[in-house]
Amino acid sequence: MSIHVRGVSKSFGTFRALDGVSLDVADGTLLALLGPSGSGKTTLLRIIAGLEFPDAGTIEENGTDITDLHVRQREMGFVFQHYALFRHMSVFENIAFGLRVRKAPKQEVETKVNELLHLVRLEGLGGRKPSQLSGGQRQRVALARALAIRPKILLLDEPFGALDAKVRVELRQWLRRLHDEIGMTSVFVTHDQEEAFELADEVVVMNHGKIEQRGTPDDVFDHPATPFVMDFLGNVNVFHGRVENGRAFWHGIPIDCPDYPHAQSRDARVYLRPHELDITVAGTNGASLPNNSLPTNSLPASVLRVTRSGAITRVACRPHGSEAELHVDVPTETAKTLTLQPGTLVSITPRKARVFIPAPEYVI
Amino acid sequence: MKPSSPRTAPALTPLQIALVAAAMGVVGLLIVVPLASVFFEAFAEGPGAWWRALAHDPDTRHAIWLSLTVAPLAVLINTVFGIAAAWLVARFRFPGRSLLISLFDVPFSVSPVVAGLALVLIFGRQGLLGPTLAWLDWKVIFSWPGLVLATTFVTLPLVVRELIPVMEAIGPDEELAAVSLGANGWQVFTRITLPNIRWALLHGIVLANARAMGEFGAVYVVSGHIAGATDTMPLRVEKLFQEYRTPASMAVASVLAGLALVTLIAKVVIERQLEAESIDLLAVRSGTDAPDNEPRNNSPKGSIA
Repeated sequence: MSIHVRGVSKSFGTFRALDGVSLDVADGTLLALLGPSGSGKTTLLRIIAGLEFPDAGTIEENGTDITDLHVRQREMGFVFQHYALFRHMSVFENIAFGLRVRKAPKQEVETKVNELLHLVRLEGLGGRKPSQLSGGQRQRVALARALAIRPKILLLDEPFGALDAKVRVELRQWLRRLHDEIGMTSVFVTHDQEEAFELADEVVVMNHGKIEQRGTPDDVFDHPATPFVMDFLGNVNVFHGRVENGRAFWHGIPIDCPDYPHAQSRDARVYLRPHELDITVAGTNGASLPNNSLPTNSLPASVLRVTRSGAITRVACRPHGSEAELHVDVPTETAKTLTLQPGTLVSITPRKARVFIPAPEYVI
Repeated sequence: MKPSSPRTAPALTPLQIALVAAAMGVVGLLIVVPLASVFFEAFAEGPGAWWRALAHDPDTRHAIWLSLTVAPLAVLINTVFGIAAAWLVARFRFPGRSLLISLFDVPFSVSPVVAGLALVLIFGRQGLLGPTLAWLDWKVIFSWPGLVLATTFVTLPLVVRELIPVMEAIGPDEELAAVSLGANGWQVFTRITLPNIRWALLHGIVLANARAMGEFGAVYVVSGHIAGATDTMPLRVEKLFQEYRTPASMAVASVLAGLALVTLIAKVVIERQLEAESIDLLAVRSGTDAPDNEPRNNSPKGSIA
């Protein structure tokens, strides 16, 4: 089933949660709504489910307008952030609920629930109460309960938010396989970019009730459309510079900026990702190489701190003649051969940089 | 006093002993002794006399029967009202909501006698609705409907007050989940809401019933105190006592006191259940009770069958 959201707006009091959002979700897609809290992603999901009603705009399912259709009639599977399991019912009864309210024959309920228990790897736990389950198990019960009504569309609100890191990664891979095998259309909400990129076919980045960018994970990561997306997708170095004639300059290093071919110089912001910077040792304290022997697209800097974080070593440097700190991520293996320590003189070469030009300034 | 080893309970200081003794003394003097004396007086002439005082006086029989009818009726009304009102207040935000919550408490702060008088002013012959009721030939004041109204008024906060915090703590998600799975309103109420609030509801009902059985002031005003017609148990106790029929009065009082003791036991049992459920509630919410130490073969790895 495809979903079409057209110009949906929603306000809570004076807070504008969604501001004219349009979104198409193709049949069979696994789509992530990614954004910080308050960006409107959960509101959008709840409007698709029918748990909230939009102030303006329409929701269509396979071309049929379902904007005014009650949540009961939409027959979408919805997995709540805190699972919302029926606490007084056993796992079996939780999963059976959707079938029981449809007055399905007893035998059919039994067969179906056992199938689902097998599917979510909870065989033998049907008699337990939700309070006797671990977080990961509860998550799977919530999923099985939503799948019991054979929804064409599965909606998940922060499905892995309440789980610890290891269970989260396992469940993520498992959900991806489940989605592919069942062949539904799934939309999930997350604030975790890693989760969105690993799991989804398509990522929609939201901010302040609007869609900032939509695309495949590679697309969004490699070609962030706005400074917000760039910022949101992980720590990034931001510097102010000038742009003219299709080039921006960052500490004298030219960066292509074909979006601005004009001769008039303008303020621009240069975004550099820590892992897209190369670092080489230029010398140690006191014994620096003369500046002119460096390649012209490199920047001399001295190391301030070196922090190892697993497979990545984070290096904080200060470019010469600047007060700003520059963060560089180096694979720990490489960092070991470089023998970096505070005070080491290094030369930094950007492999990739992005330039965003702020909205035109007012000129009097 | 030497400090004792940390394993044993520390010895009490003289001040602590004095305070504990004072507390025990107050409870004993104000609660235990009077209650015991009621039973003592009631059975002073033997169980036979006790039974005769209760069963052989038609007015007393009627008072017991009336109390056992009026109180459950009032409790039933308050149960239906309490569930509806708590649901409204816990699930919806609307203008005047906090005012409404404060109004639920009015019966607690208004003297029951005033409540009774207010009912007479509305439903009495000279009252606001008096002519209408006379035309319909409905008797409210000096009749059992007045008793039910007065009792309902004074016990109104008990059920709704129990339910609001529980419903708010549980939150709307389970109900929404049930609706998204296709349940209709009645199914959501009977299968999700009611089971979730059942112990809090029972607690409110028990408290409301105890209060309803013992209500005196409001009922005194609206009943007209007619023996064999509108006297409830507490009114009957007072009337017998005024007529110097102390043993008979004490016999009825002992029935009331016995009902209070049953209520107390029910209350303790229900409170234990409530406590167990609130721990359950916390566990489901925070997900901290069961660690993620599921066996490997249970983990969501491998292909899906």
